[in-house]
Amino acid sequence: MKPIAETDAEELEIRDFVSTLKARHGYDFGEYAPASFKRRLRALRARSGAASIAALSQRVADEPAFLRQVLAGLSVPVSEMFRDPWVFEALRREVLPILASYPRIHIWQAGCAHGEEVYSLAIMLEEEGLYDKTQIFATDLNDVALEEAAEGIYTSANARLFSENYLRAGGKRSLSHYFHARYERIKFDESLKRNVTFASHNLSTDGVFAEVQLILCRNVLIYFNDALQDRVLQLFRDSLVHKGFLCLGSKETLSHTEVERDFSSFDAQARLYRRHAHQ
Amino acid sequence: MRTSSPSVSLPGKPLQRVVAIGASVGGLEALKQILVSLPAHYPWPVIALLHTSAGYRGTRLDGLLGQHCALPVREAEARMPLEAGVVHLAPAGYHLLVEKDLRFALSVDEKVSYVRPSADVLFESLAEACGARAIGVILTGANDDGAAGLAVIRAHGGLAIVQDPEEAQAPQMPQAALRIAGADQVLRLRAIGARLAALAEESA
Repeated sequence: MKPIAETDAEELEIRDFVSTLKARHGYDFGEYAPASFKRRLRALRARSGAASIAALSQRVADEPAFLRQVLAGLSVPVSEMFRDPWVFEALRREVLPILASYPRIHIWQAGCAHGEEVYSLAIMLEEEGLYDKTQIFATDLNDVALEEAAEGIYTSANARLFSENYLRAGGKRSLSHYFHARYERIKFDESLKRNVTFASHNLSTDGVFAEVQLILCRNVLIYFNDALQDRVLQLFRDSLVHKGFLCLGSKETLSHTEVERDFSSFDAQARLYRRHAHQ
Repeated sequence: MRTSSPSVSLPGKPLQRVVAIGASVGGLEALKQILVSLPAHYPWPVIALLHTSAGYRGTRLDGLLGQHCALPVREAEARMPLEAGVVHLAPAGYHLLVEKDLRFALSVDEKVSYVRPSADVLFESLAEACGARAIGVILTGANDDGAAGLAVIRAHGGLAIVQDPEEAQAPQMPQAALRIAGADQVLRLRAIGARLAALAEESA
């Protein structure tokens, strides 16, 4: 039986790691949901060959270059193109026609990780004839992920899943129309990111940077504790135009949050919410 | 890192345990046989995790299982507390974890043992959240998921019950659990349900 004291010691090491990372590099993971954060930290420890989480903290303090690996380990969830196809189908059918009435469309993809959903959005907007008047802000706290997102390169092992998702999401062509396959990789057309700005933005610490009509932030809030979730949702509310749209992950909800009264449910199954006209 | 103190029991109430059941191939039928033995007003939360590949939407496992069970069966939601007398189902496509304040958390991190949800992830977090009060149950399945998690439950003093591999539709998962974690009890399905009911009665 593992002594309780050992568990407590690990908790202390985790706390120390979080404060070291914050003090050295300004990244604050102190308000992440503890159980999954601990799993990621343990996996990072194992991958990097550190003897303990305390040893990880030491490397964070001593080796500035180690930060890349730390952020990659702590912040990037796996995603896929047109993940939960019915959500993208609902966006295309219900939201894009409303956005079409604006002279310029601004969309914020918050926590874009490797960019799968950014390209999904761009393709949909292109097919609906809206892309040329659209600006997508794709942000993440992880600069390495942002670089990869801007590359638009994915393993071809995923091509089939991506293509199936695309068709189920109401795609009008074949997904292969938008990428080139080479060796074990697929690379999406450069032109798809002509109206995408990839930028570093940390939801824990950064504020409003634009006014947008649609925010996608899917499977990010599940990693936050209640306080951080509430703060980020307020940031989203304040970044949305009146009657703007918020799209969350399929297991995320505004119920029991502080901004609940500022939004109404627009499509419950797609987890689409709409900001009220005025507060 | 903020952690709330465990709120496992109310003052004056007996310590609350948590039952977590992991199953894969053949798991739905196996789970039905266990749940049918649990009485209405079962005093502990039950968490059921199936490796269902049956898609994200349209699978109404909760309704399906609810017909065979005196307890309400509901999909577990992020941030919601574990509830006594409720069967919480792990949602498809997400890892399900238990926080120290006995609320659920979800993640879409990499698959573990090729599956998401993974019983290893659930069991490990449950063991760390409620220590010796965890009861882990491994049923039929054709991979090794759950074995490492069951070992963590045992290391924290929790109880491990494994379905008799002889009876399991797919014996690999119970066999792996026995090999890696061992078990306090190896039982057939009917006996597992009866045992879970009896454990609760004894503690009342």
